[in-house]
Amino acid sequence: MDRRTFLTSAAAAMSASALSASASAAATKRRTLILVELAGGNDGLNTVIPFDDPAYQAARPRIAIDRNQAHHLDQRLGLHPELEPLMAGWKARDTAVISGVGYDRPNRSHFRSIDIWETASDSTQVLEDGWIARAMKNHKRDARSVADAVVLGGKSSRVVAGEGIKAVSMTNPDRFVRQARGIRTSRQQSKNPALAHILSVQSQIDRAAYRLGEIAARTRAVQGEFKGRLGQQLRVAARLILAEARIPVIQVSLGGFDTHINQVGRHRNLMRQLGQNLASFRGALKQGGAWDRTVVMTYSEFGRRVRQNGSGGTDHGTAAPLFVMGGQVRGGLYGAQPSLTNLDAGDMRFAVDYRRVYASAAQEWLELPAARAVLGRHRPLDLIRG
Amino acid sequence: MRPLLVALIPIGIASLSFQSTATALSVSEARHLLARTGFGNASWQEIQRLRPLSRQQAVNALLQGVKRKATVAPPAWTQSAPVFRPPRGADREERRTFYRARRQEALTLVDWWVREMAATRSPMTERMTLFWHNHFTTSFRKVRAPHLLYRQNVTLRRYALDNFRVLTHAMAQDAAMVVYLDNFRNRRGKPNENFARELLELFTLGEGRYSERDIKEAARSFTGWAIDRDTGAFRFYRRRHDGGMKTFMGRRGRFNGDQIIEIVLKRPQVATYITRKAWRAFVSEMPNAREIKVIATRFRQSGYDIKTLMRGLLLSRAFWAEANRGRLFKSPIDLIVGTVRQFGVAPPNGRMLFRLTRSLGQVPFMPPNVKGWPGGKRWITANTLLMRRQVLQALLRRPATNRDRERKMGKMMTPGRGDRMMKGRMVALDLDRWVRAGPPARRDAKRVKQFLLAVAPVRAPDSSADPARFVRALLLDPAYQLK
Repeated sequence: MDRRTFLTSAAAAMSASALSASASAAATKRRTLILVELAGGNDGLNTVIPFDDPAYQAARPRIAIDRNQAHHLDQRLGLHPELEPLMAGWKARDTAVISGVGYDRPNRSHFRSIDIWETASDSTQVLEDGWIARAMKNHKRDARSVADAVVLGGKSSRVVAGEGIKAVSMTNPDRFVRQARGIRTSRQQSKNPALAHILSVQSQIDRAAYRLGEIAARTRAVQGEFKGRLGQQLRVAARLILAEARIPVIQVSLGGFDTHINQVGRHRNLMRQLGQNLASFRGALKQGGAWDRTVVMTYSEFGRRVRQNGSGGTDHGTAAPLFVMGGQVRGGLYGAQPSLTNLDAGDMRFAVDYRRVYASAAQEWLELPAARAVLGRHRPLDLIRG
Repeated sequence: MRPLLVALIPIGIASLSFQSTATALSVSEARHLLARTGFGNASWQEIQRLRPLSRQQAVNALLQGVKRKATVAPPAWTQSAPVFRPPRGADREERRTFYRARRQEALTLVDWWVREMAATRSPMTERMTLFWHNHFTTSFRKVRAPHLLYRQNVTLRRYALDNFRVLTHAMAQDAAMVVYLDNFRNRRGKPNENFARELLELFTLGEGRYSERDIKEAARSFTGWAIDRDTGAFRFYRRRHDGGMKTFMGRRGRFNGDQIIEIVLKRPQVATYITRKAWRAFVSEMPNAREIKVIATRFRQSGYDIKTLMRGLLLSRAFWAEANRGRLFKSPIDLIVGTVRQFGVAPPNGRMLFRLTRSLGQVPFMPPNVKGWPGGKRWITANTLLMRRQVLQALLRRPATNRDRERKMGKMMTPGRGDRMMKGRMVALDLDRWVRAGPPARRDAKRVKQFLLAVAPVRAPDSSADPARFVRALLLDPAYQLK
């Protein structure tokens, strides 16, 4: 079957289901959520630094950040020196810093903890599908959207894995479109779940490539300094948003945060990549008039221990801060910096359940109808203006 | 092959009482067994060789054929003394040169193993070695000493179809593992829990079957288990060892690492955990609790004999069920190795091989993290599905445009990091020649479909088409991604 025929019938199928689906801001207001995964467990304590707390220096004689080096957010908290590029957003009040994000009975295993964050589960629950996939159930798709979600950087992501969501992974849209030529989709159903999965992925590729092809003319080169792996991904994300690809969720990822050994240099490097690229991203979108319809949220599977270890690094911990930024974000400090002395088995106690941040993203921002069912009793933090 | 068959027949008859029948294998069954125990492929000749055998005889034949050593000679540097760090006082440039040289070595290691997988007469040996590599994971990304990775690979192959208990002990003293999981930093008074945690969580019991305290006590027991700075050999440093009393899983004693492993292996959950993992890799994504329990019990009672485990899996009802054919995804290595084996060509090598495996998501010696490659559905995303098509199409292009194709292929993948090693060759599957030169089955549309695919193609090509085009269409069909 040729592409055109397929899409005509697909469009027909979609408008039929649209009657029962509910509108979301993703579709009506063309909003995008960018998830920035910091893989490995970011050391939150050296990211948003309680420089005024004597316990901080005492616990980390070799790796603490000097108070004069940190960029002060207020009298007690400051950012890692390499996050200086984020201060513009802080001063413009479109950047929120949420301290003490975590959950009850924290798990310190990478894999378990990633599972938890990716599926928005409780500590002891094991859920299969990603939280975005579940939150997007029954949402009304924009007819011209490239996909419900795009994962960049060549990785696969559980966050957008699940039934009914059309998620596509790619490194580069142009290459994607080129490579997708020649995929002939089939309407066949298959009882073989493995084959069915392949057919499903094929049809998503086909649709995404067609849409990307359509917007190719509108895609301009993005200005700004984007460096390294994260930079490449954010540049692509910026291009997609500016070209109005209408993709509600885009996920990018930066790895290397598991700093058990000799943390200072490595973490500095990571903070530099994060700060510079996020600032460039913000700049590019502001210039293109798209910052007001974009929200960025960082996350990591856990923070790290308060006390440094014997190898110049830190071991797996619990609560940590994260960043939410965007043209319509109500900037400022949220949550609460956990005490460094009243600890839970050597780790900071969480102040804000991570699902409240998710709720702000999925309910307040994207207005996904199924989000509340996924996030339950966790109320949004009131991060979005208006 | 003849003497082996003759020798097997008495074994087959003696074990007729076992559940499988003594009837000979069908083409479909022989293909299925070969593909699942190898790299997702089976040649017509291999199928014909297994056909006279019953299921049990065939499984035994494969197990008998397993090797303990690789057949392809390893890279020359593996035979010379390792150097683990740049020379004293090396400046930045010298350090960079040193690590670049190690990286080249690592790439030749990947080359070598893929060549072994492609050339071996016992694909099951390499398939199992890869399985254990994905279980007792280590990665060049952290263990920047290719000698250690090579030595671990040799050990994994030695015990791949031998004994899990012996293998676990060997891994606890494996230098690459000691480095990968930081155990060389684990010393009395300054414990490092990384190895102890993964030993329990990933290598033996699985999450939730021990307490955080157990991890801490196990870590103490492994203190002093490190490596010699110069030779890279495992070394026990008594001075660093915490010989104090420990309470581990309800037992009390001045345990050392060996004893911790022995205590863990007494738990029945170990056999279940390993059996389940192997079930997912060889039988099905859907666990069958009852069958797994039976196999796990036998595995445990055999003292963790891996052949017993594999026999149990490969003779299970679920393994042979028709509904189970073609329900597993070929891994990137299956796709590359299986395809070159099928068509009798040399595998890609050098930088080309590295880029191919990386773009598909599986570079040997470089798993993404200690949990290994998740496998299953995760192999197939929009990105990797497109890449798989690209790889197959590149393999299928005519040899005349080889250089052209290599350039295109190189461009298609994410740029490498300026490796100075050989660019690498992309092979050509000359389908015309393959179809003409081999047994008649290759020119018979029905037969080709039977041995090339695990399930019917999604778009059945016209069987009256030119045989080479017919085969090409099958290779590009989604069904070819399954085993």
